[in-house]
Amino acid sequence: MKCRRCRGPAVIELRRHNAAFCPPCYTVFALGQVTKAIEDFEMIEPGDKVLVAVSGGKDSLALWDMLLDLGYRADGLYLGLGIGDYSDESGRLARAFAQRRGATLVEIDIPGEYGFDIPGAAEVTRRVPCSACGLSKRHLFNKAAIDGGYDVVATGHNLDDEAAVLFGNVLRWSTEYLGRQLPVLPAAHGFPRKVKPLVRLSERETAAWCVLRGIDYIVEECPNAVGNKHLGYKEALNAIEDQSPGSKNAFYFGFLDKASKHFTPEAVAEQEGLRPCTGCGAPTTDDELCAFCKLVGRMARAGSGAAS
Amino acid sequence: MKVLLRNPRREVEIAGPLRVSALLERLDVNRESVLVIRGDALVTGDALLGDADEVEVRPVISGGAT
Repeated sequence: MKCRRCRGPAVIELRRHNAAFCPPCYTVFALGQVTKAIEDFEMIEPGDKVLVAVSGGKDSLALWDMLLDLGYRADGLYLGLGIGDYSDESGRLARAFAQRRGATLVEIDIPGEYGFDIPGAAEVTRRVPCSACGLSKRHLFNKAAIDGGYDVVATGHNLDDEAAVLFGNVLRWSTEYLGRQLPVLPAAHGFPRKVKPLVRLSERETAAWCVLRGIDYIVEECPNAVGNKHLGYKEALNAIEDQSPGSKNAFYFGFLDKASKHFTPEAVAEQEGLRPCTGCGAPTTDDELCAFCKLVGRMARAGSGAAS
Repeated sequence: MKVLLRNPRREVEIAGPLRVSALLERLDVNRESVLVIRGDALVTGDALLGDADEVEVRPVISGGAT
C-alpha cells in the first residue's frame, strides 16, 4: 500500500478518507485535521493560554503533543483519581511525557486534596465509578483553569467519543445534553472556554499518532470503564463503520451542521439558571452546593470512603 | 508468529505467512478498533506477516463517560 501524498510505503490506512500514509505524511495529515478543527470552530485564539486535560492515555497525550507542535502555549493538567495501579501508571506516563517535551504539568491529587478516591465515591454514592469520575474532572478542570488564569481548557475527546455520546443521547432523546454537545463551549457564567481539537480524528488515528511519535501511553483500559455503555456504543458504531467507512464522521458532523441548533435553546436556558455554589463559588444549577461540593461532603461524612 | 493481544494481555501463536487483514479476520477483530504493530512499526492490512514476526494487535477503544 502506498502513501497518498508521497507514494512511499504506507504504514496506516484510513478507509474513511480512502487514503494511506507514510509516517512523515501522516504527521502532516493529522496536524492538518487538528488545525482545521481549531480554525473552523474558532477554538483557540493566538496568544491564548491553554490547559490540556491529560490522563496519560493516547488522546490527551497526542493532543498535548500536537498543540505544542503547532506552537500553542499549552500546559497539562493531570488529576490523580486514586484508581490503584491504573492511576499510578497513568500519572507516571503523563509526567514522563511532560519531561520529554519540557512542558509544564499541573497536578491535582483528589485523594490527597479532597480525601476520597473514585472507587470509594462509587461505593458510597452507589453509582457507576464513571459518574463520580466525570463529575470530579469537569469541576476540577474548570477550577484549575480559572485559578491558573488559563483562557481555554482543551480535552482529548475524539470523533469516536463524540459520535458515541451523540449515539447515546439520541437513543434516549436526551435533548438537554444534545444542546450542548459542541466542539466549543464558550467561556461564560464562571466557566472557561472548553474545546475539543481532536474531533476530526478517530481514536485509531490518535493512537497511530502516539505509536509513530514514540509516545508511551497507557494502553490498558481503565478497570472501572470495562463493560460500560459508552464502550458498547463505540463497538456498535465501529461495526457500522467497518461496513460503511465514514459513517461516524457523517453522523457527528451532520448533527453539528443540521440538527444541533434545534437543541440549543434548552442548553441556553439551563446556563442562564446557573448561580454560584455556596461552598466553592463554582457555577451550579443547584440551589446551594454544587454537585462536587456535595460529593466531597458526602465522602467526608461516610468516613470509610476516604482514600485507600 | 507471536501475537500479543490486550485487555486482557495475552499471547497466542499463529502460523504464517498471513496478511494482516487475514490475521484480524481469524481473530474476529474489527479492523476499525485496532492498530497492528510489527516489532515497533505500524503495518497496513495488506502487509504479509511471517512465522518469525512478533505482532501486537493493539485496541484503540477507550473511555469512560466523561
